Amino acid sequence: ICDFLCIKNTRGLRSQLKDSVPVTGLGTQIGAYGVQDTLRSGFSSVKNELLPSHALELSEKNFQLNQDKMNFSTLRNIQGLHAPLKLQMEYRAARQIQRLPFLQSSHLALDTLKGNDESISFEDILNDPAQSEMMGEPHIMVEYKLGLM
Amino acid sequence: MALPNVLETPPSGFNFENVFRNVALEGLLEGGRTKAPKPMKTGTTIAGVVCKDGVVLGADTRATSSEVVADKMCAKIHYIAPNIYCCGAGTAADTEKTTDLLSSNLTIFSMDSGRNPRVVMAANILQDMLFRYRGQIGAHLILGGVDCTGSHLYTVGPYGDIDKVTYLAMGSGDLAALGILEDRFKPNMELEEAKELVRDAIHSGIMSDLGSGNNIDICVITKQGVDYLRPYQESEFKDKRQMRYKYHPGTTPILTEKIVPLQMEVVQETVQRMDTA
Repeated sequence: ICDFLCIKNTRGLRSQLKDSVPVTGLGTQIGAYGVQDTLRSGFSSVKNELLPSHALELSEKNFQLNQDKMNFSTLRNIQGLHAPLKLQMEYRAARQIQRLPFLQSSHLALDTLKGNDESISFEDILNDPAQSEMMGEPHIMVEYKLGLM
Repeated sequence: MALPNVLETPPSGFNFENVFRNVALEGLLEGGRTKAPKPMKTGTTIAGVVCKDGVVLGADTRATSSEVVADKMCAKIHYIAPNIYCCGAGTAADTEKTTDLLSSNLTIFSMDSGRNPRVVMAANILQDMLFRYRGQIGAHLILGGVDCTGSHLYTVGPYGDIDKVTYLAMGSGDLAALGILEDRFKPNMELEEAKELVRDAIHSGIMSDLGSGNNIDICVITKQGVDYLRPYQESEFKDKRQMRYKYHPGTTPILTEKIVPLQMEVVQETVQRMDTA
């Protein structure tokens, strides 16, 4: 399998992103039936959504997604559909090798595939999930992950 | 304590949770007399020159926190690789962390591939990293080094813009330093001449700019190795203490003395036998 995608920050063609939908909604959590989850995140108000968030918040949330999209798109144009398909299949398989959501998993296979083991960026230094001060309720986290919430 | 409202582990990297709070605090503090703390900037003069055998980088050593000198002997020339050094101006913490990350990335690369990193790689990595954060990381850097393709000098701005030149100055004192460099720079200078030129450029930056001062550091990078001269020249305005300000015992006269013994009574006594078998 080619290691084209091991380049971390490719300056791909931004035109490849034309069909990408940005991740919307910074604050509200969508509960059952598509309505805001009042029990967990409080009453919804338009003011909360309009308050200024950081200039980088949205772009950082989408950064990895956008990079992947650009890379796959370029790869498809160069090598044909089989290349991104095979890679995405490998990513999907590697993503499943992890513990339950409230435990720390190393994501070793996924990191090696994506090339994260050969570079250091702010994701590795700041906000290490292994040192997170908040712990989630195990049952609730598993239910959320399975989509039973 | 397990919280029921945490549905998935928070992603690593920058955390923007406190943005609302900071904006609200700024609004509150505007009216009052207190101000939010300012980050420590380097308010610098840094300069670099490409000479015949290599690259000469120079920097002053003052770090300011708005109007106060925060560090009189700040190291502004950071190590990136054995053959690449980087001068940083702007927010002190940003330059430190960015150059640290760059150095780690280049070390991983050289361990992986078994080759010495090139200056253009360092410049590209910096460019990608800084552009990703759209200038929020305030790091104005001068990258210089000698690799297998020759000696190179790059400047990287906080938004990720790059320029490859033969002489360069950055920081708040850059205009003063550039004046000296524009006047006396010649291509393919000798090493000693280049060192003098950089020293003079930094000196003029120190004299004409409030944000630069104290000593001058010089870093000479050649194919044979690196010569990091810190300090190359010390400032002539160092503080000289006139007397010794230590007070010998007996300086303060004792007027009265009162001794109160502390009464301690035995409350409980337990004997524990040790098994010495």
